Amino acid sequence: MAKYKMHILICGGTGCKSSNSLQIIENFQKILAEKGLSDDVQVIKTGCFGFCERGPIVKIMPDNTFYTQVKPEDAERIVNEHIIKGRKVPDLLYTNPENKEHVSDSKHMDFYKKQIRIALRNCGFVDPENIEESISRGGYEALAKCLTEMTPEQVIAEMKASGLRGRGGAGFPTGLKWELCAKNKADQKYVICNADEGDPGAFMDRSILEGDPNSIVEAMAICGYAIGASKGLVYIRAEYPLAIERLKIAIRQAREYGLLGEDILGTGFNFDIELRYGAGAFVCGEETALIHSMEGQRGEPTLKPPFPAVSGYMGKPSNVNNVETFANVPVIITKGAEWFSSIGTEKSKGTKVFALAGQINNVGLIEVPMGITLREIIYEIGGGIKNGRQFKAVQTGGPSGGCLTAKHLDTAIDYDSLVAAGSMMGSGGMVVMDETSCMPAIAKFYLEFTCEESCGKCSPCRIGNKRLCEILEKITDGRGSMEDLQELRNLAAVIKDTALCGLGQTSPNPVLSTLDNFWDEYVEHVVDKKCRAGVCKKLMSYVIDREKCIGCGKCAKGCPVEAISRTDYTAPGHKLASMVIDSTKCIKCGACINNCKFGAISIQ
Amino acid sequence: MINLTIDNKAIQVPEGTTILKAARMNGIDIPTLCHFELDGMNFENKPGGCRVCVVEVKGRRNLAPACATDVMEGMEVFTHTARVINARKTVVELILSDHPNDCLQCEKNGDCELQSLTKRLGIKEIPFKGEQSHYRKDSTLSVYRDMDKCVMCRRCESMCNKFMTAGALSGVNRGFQAVVAPAFEQNLGDSSCVNCGQCVQVCPVGALTLVDDIAKVMEAIADPTKKVVVQTAPAVRVALGEEFGMKPGEIVTGKMAAALRRLGFDQVYDTDWSADLTIMEEGTELLGRLKKALAGEPVKLPMFTSCCPAWVTFYEKNFPDLLEYPSTAKSPQGMFGAVAKNYLAPKLGVKREDLIVVSIMPCLAKKSERAREELSVNGDSDVNFTLSTRELAHMIRQCNLDLNDMPEEDFDSPLGESTGAAVIFGATGGVMEAALRTAYELHTGKTLPKIDFEETRGFNGVKEATIDVDGFPLKIAIVYSLGNARKMMEQVRQGNPNGYHFIEVMACPGGCIGGAGQPYHHGNSEIIRKRMEAIYREDAGKPIRKSHENSEILAIYKEYYGEPCGHLSHEQLHTHYFDKSDKLEATK
Amino acid sequence: MANIKLSEDKINVIKEIAKSFGNRPGEVINVLHQVQGKFGYLPAEVQEVVAHELNIPVSRVYGIVSFYSFFTMEPKGEHPIDVCLGTACYVRGAEKVLDAFARELNVQIGKCTADGKFSLNTLRCVGACGLAPVAMIGDKVYGRLTPDQIPGIIAEYK
Repeated sequence: MAKYKMHILICGGTGCKSSNSLQIIENFQKILAEKGLSDDVQVIKTGCFGFCERGPIVKIMPDNTFYTQVKPEDAERIVNEHIIKGRKVPDLLYTNPENKEHVSDSKHMDFYKKQIRIALRNCGFVDPENIEESISRGGYEALAKCLTEMTPEQVIAEMKASGLRGRGGAGFPTGLKWELCAKNKADQKYVICNADEGDPGAFMDRSILEGDPNSIVEAMAICGYAIGASKGLVYIRAEYPLAIERLKIAIRQAREYGLLGEDILGTGFNFDIELRYGAGAFVCGEETALIHSMEGQRGEPTLKPPFPAVSGYMGKPSNVNNVETFANVPVIITKGAEWFSSIGTEKSKGTKVFALAGQINNVGLIEVPMGITLREIIYEIGGGIKNGRQFKAVQTGGPSGGCLTAKHLDTAIDYDSLVAAGSMMGSGGMVVMDETSCMPAIAKFYLEFTCEESCGKCSPCRIGNKRLCEILEKITDGRGSMEDLQELRNLAAVIKDTALCGLGQTSPNPVLSTLDNFWDEYVEHVVDKKCRAGVCKKLMSYVIDREKCIGCGKCAKGCPVEAISRTDYTAPGHKLASMVIDSTKCIKCGACINNCKFGAISIQ
Repeated sequence: MINLTIDNKAIQVPEGTTILKAARMNGIDIPTLCHFELDGMNFENKPGGCRVCVVEVKGRRNLAPACATDVMEGMEVFTHTARVINARKTVVELILSDHPNDCLQCEKNGDCELQSLTKRLGIKEIPFKGEQSHYRKDSTLSVYRDMDKCVMCRRCESMCNKFMTAGALSGVNRGFQAVVAPAFEQNLGDSSCVNCGQCVQVCPVGALTLVDDIAKVMEAIADPTKKVVVQTAPAVRVALGEEFGMKPGEIVTGKMAAALRRLGFDQVYDTDWSADLTIMEEGTELLGRLKKALAGEPVKLPMFTSCCPAWVTFYEKNFPDLLEYPSTAKSPQGMFGAVAKNYLAPKLGVKREDLIVVSIMPCLAKKSERAREELSVNGDSDVNFTLSTRELAHMIRQCNLDLNDMPEEDFDSPLGESTGAAVIFGATGGVMEAALRTAYELHTGKTLPKIDFEETRGFNGVKEATIDVDGFPLKIAIVYSLGNARKMMEQVRQGNPNGYHFIEVMACPGGCIGGAGQPYHHGNSEIIRKRMEAIYREDAGKPIRKSHENSEILAIYKEYYGEPCGHLSHEQLHTHYFDKSDKLEATK
Repeated sequence: MANIKLSEDKINVIKEIAKSFGNRPGEVINVLHQVQGKFGYLPAEVQEVVAHELNIPVSRVYGIVSFYSFFTMEPKGEHPIDVCLGTACYVRGAEKVLDAFARELNVQIGKCTADGKFSLNTLRCVGACGLAPVAMIGDKVYGRLTPDQIPGIIAEYK
């Protein structure tokens, strides 16, 4: 990076890309070329900066200026003002919502202040399509260290000492997993990277692969060295074309640099990586299902034991870790287990990446130390609830997790505290909800997901979740009874107790945790037939106040199902007869409310 | 050995034993639904999917599936705690909530594993109401599919793919829509199905059942213009008794003949008779091929047996390049039909279409075989109807008869006499042994020093031997399961490196005694073993035990066919095969 | 079993793809990915040819195609619309956006409009949660959608 005086880092992650960031890059390049600055200023398309809410992001180095919500036409101003004249463009800077001051350095932004970026260390800093940039930031140092200074046993010992646990959900100790696989003798072993991120609302693996694919390549090679495998496989969602492309580039470049392939760094160690594509099945995040899918089978889980460490891909010992887990590995090797384990809580070391989403001001990807509280995440990093509404719940762990409430806001987050609170870490989805979310409807949303994604192999998941979903539908339709709530709880408990795989065993969590934390809301649905969030359509009726209605008929025109007609009553002071909604025809789309300028229509 | 307790009872079992087996070895019968094993016959279905066999293991977070959890030292297992019973009942209630529950009209009423499980768990109502799965009903000539009843045990899928390698069925869709079906949920008959029917034999419920032809047979019997004759296959007589409460392995040949007469069949004949005829034809064909081979003439070896109709369809669909290897001899059912229509009808003074030939078979594929066009003349099939052992039992009960009360009666002549060689057709290795008894003596002109060939017997899925035929080392192999047959065919494609001369193939576990039309064994392989013992007992008790010594067979050659593999027998007793494989056909 | 009818060009495309994976049965998912990439969807005849080339039962191919949501036997519209139903989009009103598309195009989810121009599907998280709710038309991502924007967006493609 030395030969350039300045760098313009522009986010090329999926979020910013959809807001036209590629056009911004193009504009910068064009303008810099026109002004003869191409040799002094380098434009780099990076991976995700995390602050997706304010995307597209443009960052100027070395002064660390952080421009938000940049539009393609802003490129010229930034070049003219910032690059040429050295003056920051104030209106593109982040504004602190509290004191309305502009913040130029991302380090001082609330969003970044409490973050510690280990897994995401290079995301937003390097050009993911250029291995040299990775290397200049310490990439492949850990691999070199392992191969030249450490025995495989020492690598495993370091991993064990670090306390790193699997970031894909269950939190199995990574070093121990490696050790179990290393112990099994075989002519061929496999290192498998699970990049089949299926949790709806979590996209950290994708961001790492898009922003820093070399760290995964390096970590897989380290794992191969530690467990005695010469082959690595990445099982990646086909829906992630950019991540696939960048990973392919990283693998190709690593081969060219002798960091993959035969006799790596002249040490005699051979390791190479191939890609396998997932095809849209959440259950393939479960490692046995993932392995069957890689073998060209239906992605149905099988019983463990045998564990993949004994009999995995093609019946050979295999070690499966997810992307974020691998992303931590090189840093642990270079900085040491002691450093890593100094971060976090007693049983959960290091950091966790969360995809912060929902009704929160700062949506984005964050990496925080284990042990941070929900309050810090939601109110400091996340900037609080959108539109000044009330916090209601936060869902962690996706379809396998649960909903936490205000009473959990000061719980220190780690694997064990989340489980104790009825949720789980999962892959790191964190969806914040305000009073506009209906909890039985949220539970139903997750159950619908699980039903759609259930492989259908075991009866509790195949039929049980369907029945759970049907009971929830009854409740949200206003047909539920108190007995249904009892049945919901019993059935959920049995599914947890009897389902075959992790997906099935955790699928009732959204139901159980909402029952525990929002019992009153369920009771309201079944007894009072009311949805306080105004989400459950069948529990609502749209009513026209005949005294307020002036009879303009706009509501009727906009009604897609012709449910609105004119009455023969004309309110005092109005010229036309008022309108009325036929609730048997109404589909509760809300079009009439939007069309009524007189506030005559309300939801009851 | 591993020490553990099950329901507080201390037990010791070998390492690698599952909790389920450990419990059963110690008299604790944990209920199962999806699990299915044919011990010693290389078939096990253990997806761990139904979750009926869950048990509590001390220290474990969730319940463990007993069928798929190995015992561990010091394990404490509880099979009937309140938690277990509640979970097990809930799981079965869930399964029932997606089941038509039309038990009274179901083919499997009284023979259904889900029904007995429901009864055993004392389930009186189903708390869950919701959507039920609905699929198109579908039928081949052998198998009827009503997937609304499917419980996703995957037994049929395992059977079709692992044991048979027919590849007709697969798990399709996922979640609540998941079901076992042919590709594109097309008709089973349009798939690579070979109609072996083992999916029916292993189905725990009424999702896969046989195609019931009883009514058609009853109608024919009632028709005064028709003369209805019946033939009964070797394996039927050692299994039919089970349907009437007899112990597995009871031989009911005489009682069965008596029952058939009381059902109204005009003549009661024996497929064993035509099995002897098959040996004459097939044995002669083998000797012919061997003689040619010895003379250096081009000839297809090894020769395969061709009496198993699932096997015939299997090679027509999968090995169209090897259609000249199997014997051209028709199956005993087919030969009987041909003899009945061509030789017997004129003898009885009826037109061929007025002679109705019914066969009683241990097999469901025979229902499809009898309908093959080449086994008919002007649209009149040589065999008009095929009933399975189970259907015969139904028919006997329907007609207010009890097999137990029947006297012992003989078959009618001239298609009724048979030898011990014919009855062993019913077990794996039997056709081979019968053929060896005859081929040896016809070839050498000498009497066999020892009539029992031990090398051809037993339950191994693949048996190989070299038989000394008066100095000639005859290399033989005997397989059951079409998966094993496939391996043999692949060897032939590779140039027959083991130099086999003659290979016997049966599709079903243990041969026809384990056929899909036999009484349901529900995975109890001991039942199949008992049937096999009975087969060899019947053989040993026969006065004549070599096909070429059957006087009725000798008579028909003298009177009608002339000689084995002669002109007339080629016309009537031999057949040919068709390429039924999938072919790529480019369109514009 | 029947004869498989497909145009020679298509058969050759499939044969090439299968060959590039060494006709190995274990590569069936990779082969299906590439074949769908070429044809847009996987009709029965195409699956038959894939099975034939990899020497596996077509039931297994169908078992796979019907298992994975990425594979489809339905042809896609000229402009495939995918509405994200990930959690972030859901809590920000994705269902209403989906309803609006369905209503506006008069098409069922998973199906194609009668004129073949649009097909409507859902997917789980495109990773643009910051823009929730999100929909994709072809490769283009539309973020922060509200139901009233939908007619205008569709009009862009008409």
